[in-house]
Amino acid sequence: MSSLLIRGGRVIDPSRELDRVGDVIVRDGRIAEIGSNLGQADEILDATGCIVCAGFIDTHVGVRDPGFEEDETTATATAAALAGGFTRIAALPDTLPVVDNAAAAEYVVLQAKRAGNCRVYPLGAVTRNHAGEELADLGQLARSGAVAFTDSNFPIASAEIMRRALEYARMFDRPIFVHPQDPTLTAGGVMHEGYYSTALGLRGMPAAAEEIMVSRDIALAELTGGRIHLMSISTQGAVEQVRRAKQRGIKVTCDVTPHHLVLTDADMQKYDANYKVRPPLRTEEHVRALIDGLVDGTVDAISADHQPWASEKKDRELDQVPFGIVGLETLLPLCVKTLVEPGRLSWLQLISKLTTGPARILGWTEAGMLATGVSADVTVIDPTASWTVDPAKFRSKSRNTPFGGWTMQGQVKAVVIGGEIRFRVTEV
Amino acid sequence: MSPSASPSAAPPALWNRPHLLGLQGLSAAELTVILDRAADFKRLHAAGQTKLDHLKGVTVGNLFFEPSTRTKTSFSLAAKRLSADTVDFTASGSSLSKGETFIDTARNIEAMGVTQMVVRHSTSGAPYHLTKHLKAGVINAGDGTHEHPTQGLLDIFTIREHRGQIAGLTVALVGDILHSRVARSNIWGLTTLGAKVIVCGPATLIPPEIERLGVEISHSLDAIVPRTDVINLLRIQAERQRSAFFPSIYEYAHFFGMNGNRVQRARKDVLILAPGPINRGVELTPDVADGDHSVILDQVTNGLFIRMACLSLLHEARSVSGQH
Repeated sequence: MSSLLIRGGRVIDPSRELDRVGDVIVRDGRIAEIGSNLGQADEILDATGCIVCAGFIDTHVGVRDPGFEEDETTATATAAALAGGFTRIAALPDTLPVVDNAAAAEYVVLQAKRAGNCRVYPLGAVTRNHAGEELADLGQLARSGAVAFTDSNFPIASAEIMRRALEYARMFDRPIFVHPQDPTLTAGGVMHEGYYSTALGLRGMPAAAEEIMVSRDIALAELTGGRIHLMSISTQGAVEQVRRAKQRGIKVTCDVTPHHLVLTDADMQKYDANYKVRPPLRTEEHVRALIDGLVDGTVDAISADHQPWASEKKDRELDQVPFGIVGLETLLPLCVKTLVEPGRLSWLQLISKLTTGPARILGWTEAGMLATGVSADVTVIDPTASWTVDPAKFRSKSRNTPFGGWTMQGQVKAVVIGGEIRFRVTEV
Repeated sequence: MSPSASPSAAPPALWNRPHLLGLQGLSAAELTVILDRAADFKRLHAAGQTKLDHLKGVTVGNLFFEPSTRTKTSFSLAAKRLSADTVDFTASGSSLSKGETFIDTARNIEAMGVTQMVVRHSTSGAPYHLTKHLKAGVINAGDGTHEHPTQGLLDIFTIREHRGQIAGLTVALVGDILHSRVARSNIWGLTTLGAKVIVCGPATLIPPEIERLGVEISHSLDAIVPRTDVINLLRIQAERQRSAFFPSIYEYAHFFGMNGNRVQRARKDVLILAPGPINRGVELTPDVADGDHSVILDQVTNGLFIRMACLSLLHEARSVSGQH
């Protein structure tokens, strides 16, 4: 097979604290060598002035295929993922039908193969049809490629079901991903409960709704010895509980989204559905706690929590529109703006939240790193390239973003998967 | 709209906003312009001038996506008094039931030549949302639990009419503050004009951090009655009692209902307001509703002049800015 030389970039690999300028040689789809002046190859990718790191991993992406192809398809989701620097994404099972059986999981794998963009891994449902009542076919889902189980954005209201799921999933060494919110405290809610919900007359969802579920699920993880992953946490109380649980050795991990770091509930004053996300945008105080959690390692990863919605679904009354925004293509510059530019995270630390962190959540030992012999999934970033977000140019099928028109630094220049260049920005 | 679009040297402060979405953010001068204009219309009306031509040739659309009797009638009559043509739309039996979005409905009505929209909607922010899709001026006639600016203005107008000015008064808003758009408009307007506002109700119906709107919180009507100039009794909306906000209507009336005993403990010149429709025996007893302190029917009368003022001011602002 052919060889590829990624030349002269700043090579960053958090798995071994590597951060130095050099070359990466790829042979037969795998990383062959990392060093200086590594000579020639069949193909050369000039990375001068760029950062070279492992491809990003997003552990929960709304792909919407099958059933909601008006929002997104596997082809468009994976194209958006590539443009955002992701080489691996795990697809949420909240499709129609729900991915709660082996055939549905195999369809996800098949569609990804057809699309030929990035790697896609199915997430299997915890309960049949996301109804929260009976367990889905967890064992068969795992055998068909499900890398974790989740009921997507549906909270598992029954502590009993949650307990059984954690116990049962242990047999397959798969984590349970949860979206922690108490459904009785968030019913009908549109935004964070506080000053702005009062002033705007919009029904609020208190921070306590998240903290109650985080507390319950940590207790159940401790009881069962199962692995729990908290998706998109948004409150100070949640960060504090995860910090304490990790200190006590409980198997809990968590991630945050860039939008919960950049925006606050004050942005809801625009009454714009592109700020209606779940969990809701919180206050500055919560934002600070999330960033502190990233800095001290309490928060393992950053996920775009990509939630595409066709425009006809988002351009409605605020209490009727669905939650969520697209995020794969804007994640990197938002992280640079909020974390790297203010000096809260180094580039190496940021990359760890996008590579080794998500890999650890999923229990992957040979992904999210640039070690010799691992599959050559590589992302090349220009850290100083400034660009303006134009939703019309998104590869995602949907445009529901609040970041249109934002000019930010940090652009993905190329993405390599298995030694093959799958995405490349062509200079005009 | 740019300030330079209104170069007129007319001495009174000008109104130059294209929409009236809420009282939040309006200056004392802007509020006073509306109140003074309403007072002018009231004087003209008393002098027998019941038909004016401020909106001659203009078509006003009344878009009520949520049922209303009083507000809709009041806006419709206000437009007619100013010689406008009106187009009425109500949600029931409309194309909304055929799946059309409220934005498309509004755009269709605008395409018929409507340049001013009066919009009532059950979702907070819906009128604001419409301004992004329409060229017409939008008046919020009540949106969800956000604002009901013309109701706030007519309450303030009625208080000013009886007490001469707003600054220095203590006004209590009693009842369901959490779900009340009337409360929010009253709070913004009254505090901007220098009144002290107390919100009073069960702890379950006082929304979080409302003190940051510059109000005092009380859970005892008995405690605040003696030091209050105006008591505005907000409706308990039975349809909003989706979960247990208070144990029973009986218990609510016991603690927060205005009755003869409480009126006797109040100031001699206390004003009793209620935005209505009132539940007799719940927010207030019939003797209070029909008693000497009640100005409830004045509110309804004044509502007409406030809406005439808003319609005419918005129309003039559009004419000045060349959008007409």
